[in-house]
Amino acid sequence: MTTQKQHFHPLHIALHWLMALMIPALFGVGLWMTGLDYYSSWYKTAPDLHKSFGILLAILLVSRLVAIRLFGKPAALGSGWQQKAAGIAHALLYALLLAIMVSGYLISTADNRGIPVFGLFEVPGFGEFFPEQADIAGTVHFYLAWALIVLVVLHAGAALKHHFVDKDNTLTRMLGRRNAAASSLDKTEI
Amino acid sequence: MKKLLLAAAFAASFTSVAQAADYVVDTQGAHAFVQFKVSHLGYSWLHGRFNTFSGDFSYDSANLAAAKIKLDIDTKSVDSNHAERDKHLRSGDFLNVDKHPKASFVSTKVVPGADGKFDLVGNFTLNGVTKEITIAATKTGEGKDPWGGYRAGFHGTTSIKLTDFAIKNILGPASETVYLDLVVEGVRK
Repeated sequence: MTTQKQHFHPLHIALHWLMALMIPALFGVGLWMTGLDYYSSWYKTAPDLHKSFGILLAILLVSRLVAIRLFGKPAALGSGWQQKAAGIAHALLYALLLAIMVSGYLISTADNRGIPVFGLFEVPGFGEFFPEQADIAGTVHFYLAWALIVLVVLHAGAALKHHFVDKDNTLTRMLGRRNAAASSLDKTEI
Repeated sequence: MKKLLLAAAFAASFTSVAQAADYVVDTQGAHAFVQFKVSHLGYSWLHGRFNTFSGDFSYDSANLAAAKIKLDIDTKSVDSNHAERDKHLRSGDFLNVDKHPKASFVSTKVVPGADGKFDLVGNFTLNGVTKEITIAATKTGEGKDPWGGYRAGFHGTTSIKLTDFAIKNILGPASETVYLDLVVEGVRK
C-alpha cells in the first residue's frame, strides 16, 4: 500500500453500488430466461437485455479497476487474517466477474455474430477459438455465475458482520460516510 | 437411327456390367448432406444440417430391391448457422447429445417404384428411440467420375415427428414435423 487511504473515491462507490444492483439481477435473469417458454414475450427480449447489461457491467468493471488504479482504495479493516481473506475475496470477485463476462461473450459470438448492446452499438464477434465453444462456454458461464453469487453472499455477509458485530466503518465508508476518526486521519495525511 | 442404336447398345452394356457393389458415402469430399427443415412459428422455414456423419451402401442397378444403406450421424454436429440455437438444439430440450451422441439409419428393405423412384424402409434411431421410417428416394445418377472412381448418387426425403422420438415439441404446433432431406453420393469401394 503506497497510500494510507481512508476513503473510497466517490466514483468507486458509485460503481460498487451500481454493480451490486446489476450482478444479482443479471444472475436472476440469467437463470430465469433459460427456462422461458418459446412463446413467452420475454424469450427474445430477456437474453438481449441480459447481454446488453452484461456488456455494460463489463464496462463498469473495467472503469472500476481503472478507478482503483488511479485513486487507490483504503485497506481492509480487521485482523491480519481478515485483511488477507478480504484481499483474496475481492480479487476473486473481480476475476470471477471477468471470467463470466468472457465466457458469456464466447457463447454468443461462437458463430462470428456480434453482440448488440441496447440496439446502440455492437460488440464484434471473432468466431470460434476452440471446438464446442458455445457449449463449453455456456457450462463455464453457468457454474462461475453460481460461484460468484456464493462469494457475493459471503462478501455482503462479511460487510454486515463488520458493521453490526465489529462496529467498524467497513460498510459506512462504502456508503460514502466519513466518520470523525477517519476524517481526522485524512487531515493528518494532508 | 444409328444414334438411337448406339444409345441402346450403351444402355444395354451398362446394365450388364453393373453389379452389386459396395459404396462408401463421400463424406471425405463432402458430397453428401443430411439436412432438415422445420417450420418457424408457421411463418417460415428453418434449415439446418448435420455436418458429421458416415455411411456405406451396397447397390446394384439391376437388383434395386437388394440395396442396403447404413448411416451414422453425429448429433453434436448439428448446424443451423446460429451458435446459440445449435447449443439449444444439442441440449436436453432437443437432441440430448450428451446422452445420445449418435443417430442412425439402417435400411431394412427397398421397395422399387416407377421412374427410378423407390421407398427406402429402415430403422431410424434418434434421441435413443428407434422407429421405422420410410424414405422416398430417387437415384440421381451413377457413373465414372473424372478421377478414376465410380460414383452413384441418391436423394431421399422423409419426415418425422419430434414427439415420436421423445423430443417434447416446445416450438408450437406448426413445428411438430421435421422434414429430412438426404443427399447421398457414394464412391464405389
